Amino acid sequence: MAQPTNFGFGEEEVMLRDSARKFFADKLPTERLHALVGDDPDPHRSLEARWDPALWQQMMELGWAMLAVPERAGGMGLGAVAVVALCEEVGRAAFPAPLLATLNATYILAACGSAAADQAMAEIIGGTAVSFAAINRQGSWEYPDTDVTVADGSLSGQACYVQDAQKVQHFVVKARCGSGTGLYWVAADAVGVTIIPDAIVDLTRDQARVEFSDVAAIELSDDAVAALNQAMPALWTLQAADMVGAAEWQLQTTVEYAKVRKQFDRELGFFQAVKHPLVNVMVAIDQSKSLVYNAACAIDSEPGKAARFAHMANASASDAAAFASSRSVQFHGGIGFTWECYIHLYFKRQLHNQALWGDAAYHRTKLADMVIGPVAA
Amino acid sequence: MSESARKDTPEQAEFRQYCRAWLQDNLPPDPPVRLPLSPLEITTSEQLDYLQAWQKKTYDAGLIGCDYPLECGGGGRRDCQRVANAEMAAVKTPFLPNVIGLGMAAPTVLFHAREEKKAELLPRLFSGEDIWCQGFSEPGAGSDLASVQTFAEKQGDKWIINGHKVWTSLAHFADWMILLLRTDKSHKYDGLSYFVVPIRSELGKSVTVRPLIKMTGETGFNEVIFDNLEVDDSYRLDEVGKGWQVAMTTLAHERGAGEMVTPRSGGKGKSDDKEAASVFGSSALVDLARSSFRNGKTAADDPVIRDRIMREIIREEGFKQSSRRARVQGLQDHPMRIPLQNKLLMTEIMQDVAELATEIEGAAGSLSVADPNAPAAGRWPLAYMNSFGMTIAAGANEVQRNILGERVLGLPKSK
Repeated sequence: MAQPTNFGFGEEEVMLRDSARKFFADKLPTERLHALVGDDPDPHRSLEARWDPALWQQMMELGWAMLAVPERAGGMGLGAVAVVALCEEVGRAAFPAPLLATLNATYILAACGSAAADQAMAEIIGGTAVSFAAINRQGSWEYPDTDVTVADGSLSGQACYVQDAQKVQHFVVKARCGSGTGLYWVAADAVGVTIIPDAIVDLTRDQARVEFSDVAAIELSDDAVAALNQAMPALWTLQAADMVGAAEWQLQTTVEYAKVRKQFDRELGFFQAVKHPLVNVMVAIDQSKSLVYNAACAIDSEPGKAARFAHMANASASDAAAFASSRSVQFHGGIGFTWECYIHLYFKRQLHNQALWGDAAYHRTKLADMVIGPVAA
Repeated sequence: MSESARKDTPEQAEFRQYCRAWLQDNLPPDPPVRLPLSPLEITTSEQLDYLQAWQKKTYDAGLIGCDYPLECGGGGRRDCQRVANAEMAAVKTPFLPNVIGLGMAAPTVLFHAREEKKAELLPRLFSGEDIWCQGFSEPGAGSDLASVQTFAEKQGDKWIINGHKVWTSLAHFADWMILLLRTDKSHKYDGLSYFVVPIRSELGKSVTVRPLIKMTGETGFNEVIFDNLEVDDSYRLDEVGKGWQVAMTTLAHERGAGEMVTPRSGGKGKSDDKEAASVFGSSALVDLARSSFRNGKTAADDPVIRDRIMREIIREEGFKQSSRRARVQGLQDHPMRIPLQNKLLMTEIMQDVAELATEIEGAAGSLSVADPNAPAAGRWPLAYMNSFGMTIAAGANEVQRNILGERVLGLPKSK
């Protein structure tokens, strides 16, 4: 099946994007965000999640958490192109909520194709936020790797780097099951689950190590690798969209500063040492944004190419994010290096984004395996 | 059905069928001589004759100038040139030799010349019977184009032109030149005017064309000296003093950001119907890496080489997808944001691909086109050197970055 030339981006997608942009700008403008998450500069500050659950409630009422739930499971069944349009806005607002985590879980559940997974998606529609607990102590992004094992339907072990762990009600847990790997549905408050928050750089998220001690779990799939093969391109693409949106905020904010800040009797943006790198940031963002919509469109209409295009989108967006971050701080000069200037919120979120579900080098390695073939042993 | 065909208007669909059928029956014979990599590197009359014959044939069949009005030799169609281009690219026809005429002179003439001049000039431009060149740069006017000094002095209905143009591709074959010059020395931008001038008929008289040798040792561009060239006032485009505005039309099209789609034929330019052909050669890097050695194994197994090839493949795909996104209204942050990046991206990706290819060749990358053992016939080091022609021409990329910073990001002007 070929992709539509317009990526499948029509009026419905424009409306969703515009209403999301307005929602975030109205409900949590950057100064309010900074007050909410940046209340305490101490790196040893308390580890509770800093967010506004009432706003998350409103987002769920708008149906955003169930956008990607297939219609057969009672959801809205919107395409990935619509979902990335929303994620771009989440990134632009650096919004603290388990929206991406829940959307991610949706794609994994939809790929499980089991009655249990459909039931789990029904819970998402009912207002349950979910996060994917998958990464082992080494931080491996490989599908079969996990530090959780299942025996007699009960999970034991730990999952690391679990996103928004304090904000969600359920986890999709990857666990070793005999010689294979499966996916399991576990309530965050189930007996035997312990959430140990990480102290992280990013102020707009929370993250944790989750310990499982003989936890009763529902099996969603006995073939995690197959489900993830299908679902991960969506996770990489959504993540890339968040980075693109955040990078656009970094660009525009820095451009505005370069128009007003004067040195040597000129606005900073007059100087080509500032102007040209800002143009380079813009070009990097545009390349990434185009690759994001291409990957999303492939997920919707050309699934055989989704992984390849999603690797491209995420590698490109990670690099654009790093570049936008470094230039935003550098060109703000001394003030850009302080806690009171908002750009550190985005710098930190991007740093977190860049390594989530695989960094740029990882995605290029995987892409090379597809394009060139694996390295000879 | 192909993706592009499904989105066709009825007119485009019908025209696509027509192009496809015509091309099936009219593909040209193999060239009798080796063709250069681009029209700007045509050096012999045998090459030119073959390519000119192909352009004439495609024009007569209606595949060139499709979107131009009937009165000036066009096809009078709506948004059909891209259809013809895609169909020609799909069957890898030879390229069109009158590239400056089609890409830059034609839209400029269309938007700024007098009606009778359009009818006089454009049909022979489209057919390739008249080859065109561009007289913009001068020894003292490169990126700062508005400082050109070639001067036209009014004498009755005539203008007398004196001056010196450089980097003039195709001038050695050209019949006509688009010419930016000065008619008033007291104003920089408002002192410029724009002409089309016949040069072929004046060769050896008031016009001298001399080849300039590129760093590659190839010719292909020239310097052109005017010594009292007399031109009728009717060949002036737009008003006296409006030359800069007219030149903007030319430059927008040269940089791929103009209103008219340039007629293109040949393997360059993507076919919507095929597995993405690599425009810049990034996919050729994979083959090259498979056949090159590094540290005792194939370069295709070297993790650093693999990573760098992927970077270029991703950039090329990004460029392609941005061109696609530029046509989706709802996905643009600024109408000129993607179009004005075209020239920058195309030329820099091409340059970086050629540089990486030369590097992948390792020691063999030292061999020139003249060495029988050179991999890929010495194409990559040559392409790398030639790529600087592209990053410098049409406004050096540093100027493109000023334009993007000022017009799109709204930063203060750097001059």
